[in-house]
Amino acid sequence: MSNWEILWSARDQFWVGFLRTMEIFGLSISVAFVIGCALLYLLEGSRPRLTVPLRVFIDGMRMLPFLILAYLLYYGLPSFGIRLDAWWAGVGALAVYHGCYIGEIFRGSRITFPPGQVEAAKAHGFTKGKMFFRLILPQIVMQTRPLLGNQLIYALKDTAFLVIITVRELTAAANSLSGTYFIPTEAFIVVIGFYWAVSVVMEVIIKQCGRFSAKRGFDNA
Amino acid sequence: MNASAWQMLLEGAWTTVWISGISIALGVVAGLIIALIRIAKIPVVDQILVLYTSLARATPLVTLTLFIFLSAPTFGINLDRNVAGILALTLNTTAFNAEIWRSAFRNFSRDQREAAMAAGMTPWITFRRIMLPQMVITSLPGLINEMSFLIKGSPAIAVIGIVDLTRVTNRISAVTYEPLPPILVACVLYMAVIGCLVWLQRIAERQANRLAV
Repeated sequence: MSNWEILWSARDQFWVGFLRTMEIFGLSISVAFVIGCALLYLLEGSRPRLTVPLRVFIDGMRMLPFLILAYLLYYGLPSFGIRLDAWWAGVGALAVYHGCYIGEIFRGSRITFPPGQVEAAKAHGFTKGKMFFRLILPQIVMQTRPLLGNQLIYALKDTAFLVIITVRELTAAANSLSGTYFIPTEAFIVVIGFYWAVSVVMEVIIKQCGRFSAKRGFDNA
Repeated sequence: MNASAWQMLLEGAWTTVWISGISIALGVVAGLIIALIRIAKIPVVDQILVLYTSLARATPLVTLTLFIFLSAPTFGINLDRNVAGILALTLNTTAFNAEIWRSAFRNFSRDQREAAMAAGMTPWITFRRIMLPQMVITSLPGLINEMSFLIKGSPAIAVIGIVDLTRVTNRISAVTYEPLPPILVACVLYMAVIGCLVWLQRIAERQANRLAV
């Protein structure tokens, strides 16, 4: 049997690993997006006392490697009596870490947001929440989509770190297969192909969003 | 944590710093070379480099490190752990650096190039004397940003058994059964290193803006 045939017979393992990676990625990036939106809302200005600690928190996260945060959740939290399994620690770390990055991306875009729109909305009697969800958030998300796309790719790449805290995902599948059959080259080429395919698909989706937002006039703001 | 734990942490930090440092130095130079080759637009080579950039940007560092370390022996190459780690980090950062250099090259002012041509400079001398010094300044903020990304990605080399700043916390907690203090110290050390880079980036940005005016 050639090496590729061995891999084909083990295709289930790849598929399971791929699905787990996508599960982790999908769940954590959704939560990260919500965290990013929440950070943007909290930085909106009505609570000036919150602003400084939030910015320190965001900047602190951005100065840490992802893996050390996963270590903190996986190895560090049990000291406080909170025991997460590797999967939840990984998802939590990814969500918080990338949530902070997304929050920072949104904040950067919020600075250049035209103040006239906010004033017009206030003059029309929009409440703060309504103004945020109807006016500010949609425009900022559409404006920052290239950066968000980059962040998605970084998040996908960071899921591979979780193999170090023993999460069974795509890289772990390749690692165990290459250990069992001693065919590391082929196994890892397949896995790199998977990652590549996902990031190419994400780039296409981001481009399509660009077309949608040009049609809806988000780009002329 | 006792004195030996502190010493192990500092050794781990040193491992992270020297391996990242070598990769950064190699990656910046290799990125420039690849950018120049891509600007020359040599038919087949150009497509290969586009494929390389796309793949290197999509491949997670952990996967790349494992791939290099595990598959090198099947090609009959015996790689040291450290060399495999440096190779993986360099391959990854080169792709990003090449894009930064290339955009600096493309945005270079046409007037200056035409003036150099009118003054009778050969393309090589124009590049050496006029373009490169200014390209270094304009792309420095991007390059330093990429350096901090490389350091944030460097724990990936722990997967092949290099005892870097992240991995060393496991060793210490295996002795003390208290994982939290070494991890927190490692956090602070990482923040110090990356904070330095962020600070450098701000200075570089100010320089680049001064040049742009």
